[in-house]
Amino acid sequence: MKVNGVDHPAPSDARRLLSDHLRHDLGLTGTHVGCEHGVCGCCTVLLDGAPVRSCLMLAVQAEGHEVTTVEGLARDDEPLHPVQQAFHECHGLQCGFCTPGFVMSVVGLLAQHPQPTSQQVEEGIAGNLCRCTGYASIRRAVNRAVELKGK
Amino acid sequence: MTTRWFGAPVQRVEDDRLLRGHGRFTDDIDEGALECCFVRSPYAHARITAIDVTAAREMPGVVAVYTAADLPFGDTDLPLLIPHPNLTHGRTQRCLASDVVRYSGEAVAFIVAESRAQAEDAADAVQVEYDPLPVVITPEAGAQAEHLVHDDVPGNVAAELVQEVGDVAAALKAAPHTMRRTFRFERGAAAPMEGRAVWARWDGREHKLLVYDSTQSPTSIRGGLAVLFGLRESDVEVVAPDVGGGFGPKIMLFYPDELLVPFAAMQLGRPVKWTEDRQEHFTAVNQERGQVHDVEWGFDDEGHILALDDDFIHDGGAYTPYGIILPIITAAQVPGPYRIPNYRVRFRDIYTNAIPTSPYRGAGRPHACFVMERVLDTVSDVTGVDRDEVRRRNFIQPDEFPYEVGVVWQDGNIVLYDSGNYPRLFERALEMLGPRPEGDNIGRGIAVYVEGTGVGPYEGAHVQVLVSGKVVAATGIPNQGQAHATVWAQIIADELGINVADVEVTSGDTRRLPWGVGTFASRSAVTAGNAMYVAARMVADKAKSIAADHLEADPEDLELVDGQVRVKGSPERGMPLAAVAVLSNPVRYAFGGGTEAATQFAAKPRPGPPLAVGEQPGLEATGYYSPPGSTWASGCHAAYVRLDPKTFRLEILKYVVVHDCGRVINPLVLQGQIEGGVAQGIGGAFYERLAYDADGQLRNASFMEFLIPYATEIPPIEIDHFETPSPLNPLGVKGAGEAGVIPVGAVLASAIEEAIGVPVTEMPQSPLKLYEAALATAKSGLSGIRRLKNPDSPDYPRVSPS
Repeated sequence: MKVNGVDHPAPSDARRLLSDHLRHDLGLTGTHVGCEHGVCGCCTVLLDGAPVRSCLMLAVQAEGHEVTTVEGLARDDEPLHPVQQAFHECHGLQCGFCTPGFVMSVVGLLAQHPQPTSQQVEEGIAGNLCRCTGYASIRRAVNRAVELKGK
Repeated sequence: MTTRWFGAPVQRVEDDRLLRGHGRFTDDIDEGALECCFVRSPYAHARITAIDVTAAREMPGVVAVYTAADLPFGDTDLPLLIPHPNLTHGRTQRCLASDVVRYSGEAVAFIVAESRAQAEDAADAVQVEYDPLPVVITPEAGAQAEHLVHDDVPGNVAAELVQEVGDVAAALKAAPHTMRRTFRFERGAAAPMEGRAVWARWDGREHKLLVYDSTQSPTSIRGGLAVLFGLRESDVEVVAPDVGGGFGPKIMLFYPDELLVPFAAMQLGRPVKWTEDRQEHFTAVNQERGQVHDVEWGFDDEGHILALDDDFIHDGGAYTPYGIILPIITAAQVPGPYRIPNYRVRFRDIYTNAIPTSPYRGAGRPHACFVMERVLDTVSDVTGVDRDEVRRRNFIQPDEFPYEVGVVWQDGNIVLYDSGNYPRLFERALEMLGPRPEGDNIGRGIAVYVEGTGVGPYEGAHVQVLVSGKVVAATGIPNQGQAHATVWAQIIADELGINVADVEVTSGDTRRLPWGVGTFASRSAVTAGNAMYVAARMVADKAKSIAADHLEADPEDLELVDGQVRVKGSPERGMPLAAVAVLSNPVRYAFGGGTEAATQFAAKPRPGPPLAVGEQPGLEATGYYSPPGSTWASGCHAAYVRLDPKTFRLEILKYVVVHDCGRVINPLVLQGQIEGGVAQGIGGAFYERLAYDADGQLRNASFMEFLIPYATEIPPIEIDHFETPSPLNPLGVKGAGEAGVIPVGAVLASAIEEAIGVPVTEMPQSPLKLYEAALATAKSGLSGIRRLKNPDSPDYPRVSPS
């Protein structure tokens, strides 16, 4: 599978979850695990550009696909991705645990709807749980990301 | 004039690495660590008759399997953190149960293996035989004491405390009206997105134990581990790295893993890590909020409360490791912003066969606020004085501070409100709420609360100016998302005349500051914030003292501005802070810009040794702040809601908050705290419910069924702040972390009751519960699920006085 543009061999353990493979085999610990049953969305990554729960997939199922994690959005020497920048500007994160999942969901949302309606924004972030922010600042961040991407 | 950082909406300095996926949470730390899992009791109450781990020890990848018999501290009761004379029957669990288990989820065995999967495979091979015992699951059943949770605790009563201000019996007797109601609040779960986790490494050559722990109190963990393992405190270092939300349960210590992971690491000579899974979080992490209040109150025709008598039971769970702080807080907070001339409160802390309770954001306060506001609404119903006017008539007035409530606070002092302006909060909230929206089944709720914040004993801070001119600071308390690194930097930047970007803060790392208490009780801004101020002032004074010699000026005439120490009124006479940092060490340094800058300020000969008696090298200081008492924040929430009369779906049409936490350090951060708190309150009031069955099994121990709100359930929240500074601390700040959650249950109860005419005396509510209550209300002759357009209308249900 290709992860953030780099080819990686398949995991040897067939029961390894994609989330665990990313975190513990590839060291990409930006993808977080909050519930391991597909509800919280902390583990959201892009699979061929679309948001998926990496805790609900076996790593071997990602063979032949392209996976993008939060680390793949901007290199360390690059400015933040517009979605990341928007979360920063709008105080869209507190503890930061759910954040990578939200950021990946929003990247996926804006890829599908570059100018989302408020209803689409609501639906786009409604698959992720945040216990800190109460979501208001995340809504603001999505709208700000739309502005930043347009620039 | 330079920037004033305090009060500015400074964007967070901690965001960049968290957004790039470079946060460092405990489970992110690996270093080839062995992994672990627990065998936990499936019974809520049972006697263990046999444990056989032989098969598990033979499983592939298994390195060690521990039961109580394998632990040198297996017979040691875990600590009772906060003893109290009225906690006459305090009980704590053991690290691993070997005799009786008292809640489903209590740890029985601990397995260490090469991988988590192998540890879980081995857990299945552990054979434990149980002899089930009768289960006590609700606080009411606990109080009835048909069965005992602990054989040696009569009546299941861990503690009882009675307090009285005035003469309640006489006042009730003399009151024109009296009423009596039972109010019930169920348990809730904090459910931070990151569960708990512990990682430990023992370095035998260095004789050092290093522990990473997703805790709210690394300093306490360190002290406890040192004692238990017979180590010097300096041999144990505990770090709370990035912590993915706390909300209370992570202040509890010691959870069994916090002993077993370090113990296994020392025994096995390899790093060991345990990471909780979500189901474990539901069955093995402390919860809170279960209380049943039996309340009688007296009032006059004008709606003045004359007396309040609250007799409540608190669901302590199976053990009392956290003492009786929660019911003490509730008892103290029931009166809230209202003048209650005669107040009696009795509580009993009751054992049940459920997870122990300890603070969850709000900590005893949401229930207190719920009781008081429900009381006021019924006073309005009976007297016909409208709900707003009843509140106005009972508020403590702005000229009555400091105001003594007369009951005891969690720090042992009598509750003393330091400052506030409750009528102003209330009128502003009404103004923001505006007119009632058009339509049926709309209800309005409003609630006012106070919150004792910033409890002691103390926090500390270390601040150091490096020779680069950058500043590093550390505090013992950890951060779980409250932007400590940003707000501490704001406080320091003001005192040292530098930019926030030049301050780097480390939180919750005993290697950087070994003293401290913890992040809880809305206390960080008050205690650690003021400690930062104290330490930064000490550094500023030291900088002036050193620079004075070189600038040939009196320290009193110097100021710290734009990274310079300079003479007031003569900005050309100054030197960089970096140069002062170099000069602060008589040894000096060979490299660095600060060195070059300092050379023109060659040390002037002065009599005596280079460091005079009492002087210390380095431009640094460690300062502490210990509050004389709690500061009391306050707020008012109000809402309009609509309830679907068929499905009982809740729609929050408008939600406003007016909040007063004294001086605001960072309005962006504060807004986030309030918005998040309200969301958690909405979850706890209408969506999240811990569904225990009669056997003490939690039937919804997953996010599939324990319904934390998504964005779709949380409305926009309008917030306004005003500042009544606390007179108790130099910064004038009060705590804000828990504020958002406290009155939400009371607000929604009031609004729901008004919307559909169904009495609301319990939290949480849900569509099903309301449907059932509406049916019962309809049968009882009240209006029930038929709509009530307007609470002023004659068919609005009036509850008659008892």
